[in-house]
Amino acid sequence: MITALRAFVVKEIHHILRDRQTLTILLLMPLVQVVLFGFALRSDVRNVRVVMVDPAPDHATLAIRNRFAATSRFRIVGTTASTDAIEPLFRKAQADIAIVFEPGFASRLEDETPPRLMIAVDAADPNTGTTMQYLARAVIATQEAEWSQGNRSVRIDVATRMRFNPTLESVNLFVPGLIALVLTLVSALMTAISLSREKERGTLEVLLVSPLRPAQIIVGKVLPYLALAFANVITALVAAWLVFHVPFEGSLGLLLAESILYSLVSLSIGVLVASRTPSQRAAMLTAMLATLLPSTMLSGMVFPIASMPAPLQAVTYIIPARWFIVIARGIMLKGVGLTYLWRETLILVAMMVVMMTLAIRSFKPRLA
Amino acid sequence: MTRVLRALLKKEFLQIGRDKLMIRQIFIMPVVQLVILSSAATFEVKQASTYVVDRDHTTTSTGLVNRLRASGRFNLVGASPSMDLANDAMLSRKVGVIVSIPAGFESDLVNRRAADVQLVFNAEDGAAAGVTQSYAAQIIAAYTREAGAELAPTIKPASIIDVRARGWYNPELNYRDYMVPGILVQLVTVIGTLLTAMNIVREKEIGTLDQLSVTPLGQGTFIAAKLIPLWIIALIELSLGLTIARFVFHVPMVGHLALVYFAAAIYLVAALGIGLFISTLVQTQQQAMFITFFMLMIYLLMSGMFTPIRSMPQWAQWMAQVNPVKHIIGVIRAVMLKGATVSDVAVPLSFLAAFGVVVLSLAVFQYGKQRD
Repeated sequence: MITALRAFVVKEIHHILRDRQTLTILLLMPLVQVVLFGFALRSDVRNVRVVMVDPAPDHATLAIRNRFAATSRFRIVGTTASTDAIEPLFRKAQADIAIVFEPGFASRLEDETPPRLMIAVDAADPNTGTTMQYLARAVIATQEAEWSQGNRSVRIDVATRMRFNPTLESVNLFVPGLIALVLTLVSALMTAISLSREKERGTLEVLLVSPLRPAQIIVGKVLPYLALAFANVITALVAAWLVFHVPFEGSLGLLLAESILYSLVSLSIGVLVASRTPSQRAAMLTAMLATLLPSTMLSGMVFPIASMPAPLQAVTYIIPARWFIVIARGIMLKGVGLTYLWRETLILVAMMVVMMTLAIRSFKPRLA
Repeated sequence: MTRVLRALLKKEFLQIGRDKLMIRQIFIMPVVQLVILSSAATFEVKQASTYVVDRDHTTTSTGLVNRLRASGRFNLVGASPSMDLANDAMLSRKVGVIVSIPAGFESDLVNRRAADVQLVFNAEDGAAAGVTQSYAAQIIAAYTREAGAELAPTIKPASIIDVRARGWYNPELNYRDYMVPGILVQLVTVIGTLLTAMNIVREKEIGTLDQLSVTPLGQGTFIAAKLIPLWIIALIELSLGLTIARFVFHVPMVGHLALVYFAAAIYLVAALGIGLFISTLVQTQQQAMFITFFMLMIYLLMSGMFTPIRSMPQWAQWMAQVNPVKHIIGVIRAVMLKGATVSDVAVPLSFLAAFGVVVLSLAVFQYGKQRD
């Protein structure tokens, strides 16, 4: 019986190795994703393009303009005399923020009647808009502080600490999510497609007359993909560590064990999808809808769950990736162990039991 | 020839209409996606759950805490003088911000004219922590000015310029308005590229493509017959999406609706061309799906849909310049939210047109080579 299973696994491995294109993509995917996420997906605000609207330049407005020119975050892309110039620049996406000075700025300062200064921000993207406005205010505040030197007014020094991700590097947050995504892709999607292909071609019925039992067929199908998924997890971790020095605070053993647990949940979903759908295309589509989409969008990998509306937050509770990402981030970034993560782990175990039971029950390789 | 094309088009539409799965894929999935994604894809910053460690217990320190709470941005979930308890709450994800006020806060302010406050953020949610931090800094700055006036009335405040700020185009800071145009582009891209690739590869897999090559049918006619229906379907898809955006989510349409369609029609040539190109490279539907998925992922992530392009490193910004998705998202956002006119978006539109012509020619060339 064991030899039969071994032969079956060997056959599966041959299948996977023969399709070079898919294999290359599967192996490359985590690498490319880590690099893209790490280098390109930054939510910090840099290279803000400012346009200065200064109808009557004087020494005070020049001082503020120089402040902006001296910072590395802001880049002055134009100086005009009229506010009419702002709108076209914003519409063509050639400027992000406008600083509008009042005429007679310096003389008002000397009279001690506060001169007016307006910050107009392209806030189509709300977060970037808020942050740009805050950064501009901070630049103006430094100049104010210089002007009011000598009169020592009260100040509160705020020391800020960003815990678990001090530099707000998005790669640190994405790597745990990426592991979940890769595991989902390989475990659920590939299993579903490969099983339903055998179904479509009728080779599954051939297996029926072999001495293999249904459970063994599933194990044989699933084992090679589990190995592939593991290779991907290791690649992603090594790339994250070598290229980006992503911290790894907790226990590697625990993370790998949790990865197996999560893989088992995904594999069960893959088997379930394959046995419930009539064709390869339907399996692909269902698997994408049921696993890939929620794992990227509703798992907290990219978009924080706390920001979602309440009904959608409720939906996230049944998505395995959501719990796995909490676990992976906890282990990698916070270095916590099961004392803090036992609840999430238990949920995954429960999901695994339910999904596996459903999968084995619905998988009956009989003649249609 | 036009008669042949018409007959082929009829066949394609019939085939798509008969395929229930395809219909579902074209019409139901996008609607579900649009509804779910436009609610889920948000970096909107909600109230931060706050833990206060106040070791000072004076009117000034409680004043600061009340000020933070009154802003509506911070929601007090716990308070104790122990930093250990606060850390524990953060580790178990119950708390997003810890405000720590040391003993002697008020007396420092009065005697030294300066006092310290520590803010600890749970940066697990990345962008949100950064935005919450800017709110906290603004609130504390305002509080400092007031406290200064009260504690040391003889001294002039540090603020000597009257700064006002206005956020244009999205004054309510509604994240959905910003994301929906991007999601619409994603939808038509997936439909255009994935369906084209899958549709042609399917004929290849079944073997009907070989049958067609022995008919007098020209290569151009065959490709046109394959692409035109999908081009039309993608535009119908866009209309469906725009209707939902308008009537369900009330996303504004400041510019001309016609311009949105015009831009999408141009962009779709490029999207379909990429799909055709992929179909010449692969043998099975599974491969087509994986390659398309892989390419679209890179295209969409690097397009500025989720994160601003100017925050990316230089090489990524160069890459983005030749990314059609980046240009179309820019155009649709500018038209829908800012009311951009044809002349405002002429540059990206001409790029898209050029890109479409090049990709489609390449794909047709590749297709011809493969057929020989």
